[in-house]
Amino acid sequence: MKGFSVREKLEELKKIGKKAFIPYIMAGDPDLQTTAKRLKLLSDAGADIIELGVPFTDPLADGPTIQRAAERALKSGTTLRKILNFLNEFKNSIHTPIILMTYLNPVFCYGIEKFFQNAKDAKVAGVIFPDLTVEESSEYRSLAKKYGIDIIFLVAPTSTPERVKKIVNASTGFVYYVSITGITGTELRLDKKFREHINFVKSFGNPVCIGFGVSKPEEAKYVAQFADGVIVGSAIVKKFHEKPEEVLNFIKSLREAI
Amino acid sequence: MGKKRGYFGQYGGCFVPETLMPALEELERAFYRAKRDKKFNEEFESLLKEYVGRPTPLYFAKRLTEHLGGAKIYLKREDLAHTGAHKINNALGQALLAKKLMGKERIIAETGAGQHGVATATGAALVGLSCDIYMGTEDIRRQKLNVFRMNLLGTRVIPVDTGSKTLKDAINEALRDWTTNVRTTHYVLGTVFGPHPYPLLVRFFQSVIGKETKKQILQREKKLPNILIACVGGGSNAIGLFSAFLKDNVEMIGVEAGGKGIQSGLHAARFAGGAKGIFQGCLSYVLENEDGNILETHSVSAGLDYASVGPEHAYLRDKGRVKYTYATDDEALHAFELLSRLEGIIPALESAHAVAEAIKIAPKMSKDSIIIVNLSGRGDKDVQEVARIKRLSL
Repeated sequence: MKGFSVREKLEELKKIGKKAFIPYIMAGDPDLQTTAKRLKLLSDAGADIIELGVPFTDPLADGPTIQRAAERALKSGTTLRKILNFLNEFKNSIHTPIILMTYLNPVFCYGIEKFFQNAKDAKVAGVIFPDLTVEESSEYRSLAKKYGIDIIFLVAPTSTPERVKKIVNASTGFVYYVSITGITGTELRLDKKFREHINFVKSFGNPVCIGFGVSKPEEAKYVAQFADGVIVGSAIVKKFHEKPEEVLNFIKSLREAI
Repeated sequence: MGKKRGYFGQYGGCFVPETLMPALEELERAFYRAKRDKKFNEEFESLLKEYVGRPTPLYFAKRLTEHLGGAKIYLKREDLAHTGAHKINNALGQALLAKKLMGKERIIAETGAGQHGVATATGAALVGLSCDIYMGTEDIRRQKLNVFRMNLLGTRVIPVDTGSKTLKDAINEALRDWTTNVRTTHYVLGTVFGPHPYPLLVRFFQSVIGKETKKQILQREKKLPNILIACVGGGSNAIGLFSAFLKDNVEMIGVEAGGKGIQSGLHAARFAGGAKGIFQGCLSYVLENEDGNILETHSVSAGLDYASVGPEHAYLRDKGRVKYTYATDDEALHAFELLSRLEGIIPALESAHAVAEAIKIAPKMSKDSIIIVNLSGRGDKDVQEVARIKRLSL
């Protein structure tokens, strides 16, 4: 077994020659009722997997767009506990697998095993911890396995071959390739050695999805050719917040481009 | 040290985005190289002597001792180091490391009160690196003078207007900058905190405080002190002093910021009011709510106004090797004034917390016992803030 439902979904798409479109939104931005509507919209517009962010006061891997979304979510009282309860009620409303992206401290304070247990009950398909290095991950990985949840690690353009090997081996759903050296929501600039490096990451045979810095359909189309899927975060969060009436068309244009 | 790399018992570790890991591995290699590199150490030691003005004196505070009527009180005068605080030891060491062993072009740092920012700007000017300092807009307001000092030293101060607009937000921004510019830039973290190897690296550069102190007290008194006292924000001046005495029969006290009292919730006493958590790169004690979000802190002293504490301190506390207590804003302000009047030394408000603890315990101790207080910085930077609190116009 190389993984669970996230992995299955990606294998399924691969068989029919499709690339995965993975949008990201922040849970509770601006409240969880809105999150329910947005998840349905994303699912209807053709998202293959949805990444759902958990708000944290100090999101050091995120840029200003997602940081502000987290502040809005915290303001409405959104917590990891409430998100898990919400997902537990919501779980049969859509069939799109959901990945939770959360910094470690909310999980640590919630109780690591209890988190995985409740996430499984809520049909969470995968988890991403942006501040969990593969070196620190053994407890998290064995619990993810125990509860049948995919755990996804990030690879950066700066990751050395030794690190890439460790990360690819640790990831069960897919490998999340950070396409720029930096934080989410900055302008897309592909590294000179990007193609070589991502080909090396792909050479291990696990699915690789690219995220961080993808904000336009043209960019999504461009990076999709190198990967098994494309993650779009800040651009969608921004659109939902600033021009909600344009979101559906925007999501559709991304879907078509990928 | 625990068995796992970068751990102090169960505390420490390395919890950062993958983008930073290659840089931290590079830093770790450079650090272990620096420890063995004779030329590097000679250059660092010569700078400490010629440029920083080390060794700093160990001064017997006669009038304060007489006033309190108990233990003899010595002050380790880190306030007399160049730029006015112990921060220069680490900033200079890391600037040298970045330039000489890592070939970086630029250094960045966070600062709260501005002391670490000034020290880093100074190190950058001295070794010839470009330098950007992240500082919360609330701290910029409180410490205008230090902002101008950094500008004079050729450093750009980048205002941080997110979150609570103080130290922790400046660290988030500095880490984000580092994530983006990791190939050319070294991040000079200012305290024994953050991801491995920073707690060890900063301890290495600050350990000179304890080594000097031990030599000085043995020369002067022919015996070791009974008690060491240091304030603890992140905890670098305390680790610097304590590290030389950990195996000796010497008591140690770390003093956190009690703010307006623990009950008020307006404080930065992580051991008195916090719990275990993973924050800004390591596992330690953190002021957090039950959902794992980080709480805002309060202290009259910007340098102690921080939600977490160095992981080695958490370990030393669990082991019972160091006792941690706190001083309130009022107690620190009283100590600030008392030391100024009795000794002609205006301490930094951070260091005044350590003095406050000495004021509490010295009278209960015998006259032949010895307390050493780490006077980690001078108080010039704080006089405006103290005047404001006392509602005096300057």
